[in-house]
Amino acid sequence: MSVDVRRREDVQDQVRMSGDGRQNGALLSVRDLRVWFELKRFGFLHAGYVHAVDGVNFDLERGEAIGIVGESGCGKTTLMKTILGLYEPTEGEVSFAGREVDAFGTRQMRSYRAAVGYVQQDPYGALPPFMDVQSILEEPMKIHGVKDAREREQRVRDVMAEVKLTPIEDYVDKFPHMLSGGQQQRVVIARAMILEPELIVADEPVSMLDASVRVEILRLLQGLQSSHDLSVIYITHDLSTVRYFSEYIFVMYAGKLVERSRVNELLASPLHPYTEALLAATPDPDYRNALTQKAVPPGEPPSLVNPPKGCRFHPRCPHMIEGLCDTEEPPDFEPEPKHFAACWLHR
Amino acid sequence: MSENNTLLRIEDLRLYFRTQQGVVQAVDGVDFKLRQNEAVVVLGESGCGKTSLARAVLRLLPRNVDTYSGEIHLNGTNVMELGDEEFRRTIRWVKMSMVPQAAMNALNPVLKVGEQVAEPMTAHYLADKDEALNQARRMFQHVGVPVDFLDRYAFELSGGMRQRAALAMALVTMPALVFLDEPTSALDVLTQANIFNVLKRIKKDLEVSFILITHDIATSSELADRVAVMYAGQIVELSEARRFFSDPLHPYSKMLMASVPKLKVDQEPTFITGHPPSLLGPPSGCRFADRCPSRFDRCVEEPPVIDEAGHEVKCWLYA
Repeated sequence: MSVDVRRREDVQDQVRMSGDGRQNGALLSVRDLRVWFELKRFGFLHAGYVHAVDGVNFDLERGEAIGIVGESGCGKTTLMKTILGLYEPTEGEVSFAGREVDAFGTRQMRSYRAAVGYVQQDPYGALPPFMDVQSILEEPMKIHGVKDAREREQRVRDVMAEVKLTPIEDYVDKFPHMLSGGQQQRVVIARAMILEPELIVADEPVSMLDASVRVEILRLLQGLQSSHDLSVIYITHDLSTVRYFSEYIFVMYAGKLVERSRVNELLASPLHPYTEALLAATPDPDYRNALTQKAVPPGEPPSLVNPPKGCRFHPRCPHMIEGLCDTEEPPDFEPEPKHFAACWLHR
Repeated sequence: MSENNTLLRIEDLRLYFRTQQGVVQAVDGVDFKLRQNEAVVVLGESGCGKTSLARAVLRLLPRNVDTYSGEIHLNGTNVMELGDEEFRRTIRWVKMSMVPQAAMNALNPVLKVGEQVAEPMTAHYLADKDEALNQARRMFQHVGVPVDFLDRYAFELSGGMRQRAALAMALVTMPALVFLDEPTSALDVLTQANIFNVLKRIKKDLEVSFILITHDIATSSELADRVAVMYAGQIVELSEARRFFSDPLHPYSKMLMASVPKLKVDQEPTFITGHPPSLLGPPSGCRFADRCPSRFDRCVEEPPVIDEAGHEVKCWLYA
């Protein structure tokens, strides 16, 4: 049933995206990544930078799932788009199977796009309204050179069965507006899967869906991840869904990863005060929530144009150490094995 | 529940819409009481009619209304009998107001926030402009927006601040009841917790009642005194929050609760298979029967509302 679409391309130019990774088999590695956007006044005068991603490091192994948690404006979408090759890094690099994404030529970029699937946040906005499911799912294969119509059709059916858009006949000729939110998201996932990617980047894939459907979609992604040995980056602002999905969780604040850990460890013993605050603010259904006020750190996330000196959380942090947190940027400390926190409390 | 502290009593409220496909029964026979200074959460999935319920009570109706009937008693008077103009002048935004969904993104970009928040006061002839601005200033203090933000424009405010301004706009006329339609669904966790802190404080300080419309069960527990679960245009369960969050009765509520991912308890969430029925001619009998694991032969008949010691549930299991 499996169709290797990349085999269809010109053999000499075929870049097998993985298999000979240099860096200990890490599928994706992000090194000192900075993505800044220049601000201009009157369209040409330099007026500073938005430091959307400012020094991010991590490795993603093959078949591993990570969740990136952060509030809106913390840079998680910029990070994702840089990984997808849509933004250029200002400094640092993103490499996929040992090759730097930013240095890809047109052909390599094309195979990279086939190797990385993208699941968007708003399924309705992500699907072209004038195409039916069949054409939506065939489109990537046409672009990536699957010329045989029957082969494309077969692949569409296989993937639809996999994302449980069944019975297939009921859905192939539907347009996006005729589908429910959950079904639309399945189409988006099917489209991301159609070229047999090695990495899936999912940006808040369930935040627009109803509670009862959310779990279904998360399960589906989880199933695909383990059956295809996919690497997945799951981006969300909702801590409670991450634990059902990924092994690792990264917490992002103001352009930086402030804590990286295994999910269970992070939930049981968070190290960074920001993570603590996030955990405390996420409610479980319980009538007692209505009886008390929640402790929330004062203020709001800082402007990324002029982020605070030192630790970016220090103006809101209850454990701020004067003369240290407000002047020096904390490096990643590793107080417990494989549990990193960028916080001076753990020096 | 004694009659004299009842603020709002709804009886057999129906709101149907005409569409090209037929009549959509968005709100279909809702009965409901709200006490003074009480917060009731209306929980339901998208398309279950929860926003239509709020619009029906506030008479914010589109043009394609097919049926609009029932009784709405506010402080003992049936407001359904009032003419549209009288309703606008004396009820809507005077006694009942609303924070519509995504209100924070609906602020007028070319008006100062303070002027917008004060506008309901002047539009309802409750005060002149200066007095209205003073009232807006007081409301800003209640919702925790710095008073100098009165002179700012919407784009200068963060999401959380804009949501607070929308809340101040709903509170400025000191209504007895405020509908909150998904007030925090677009906000971050910390901002969300902040807004709920504000709502709890306002409920105590201003003795206002809230009807909170949401699909998010976990955050709904932040404010709820009572919970109403809505499914396919009907309320299927209504009970005290304390009992609802520990022991929901209706099979739909049970499955909905089980679908919530929990942070502090290690429990795998489950999901509800199937889809809610179309509101264009919903099935007769129990509307959840198709998806219900405990369905039996009586479910083909319309279930009655059963009162299990103050815990109302519309399900044959408890008959």
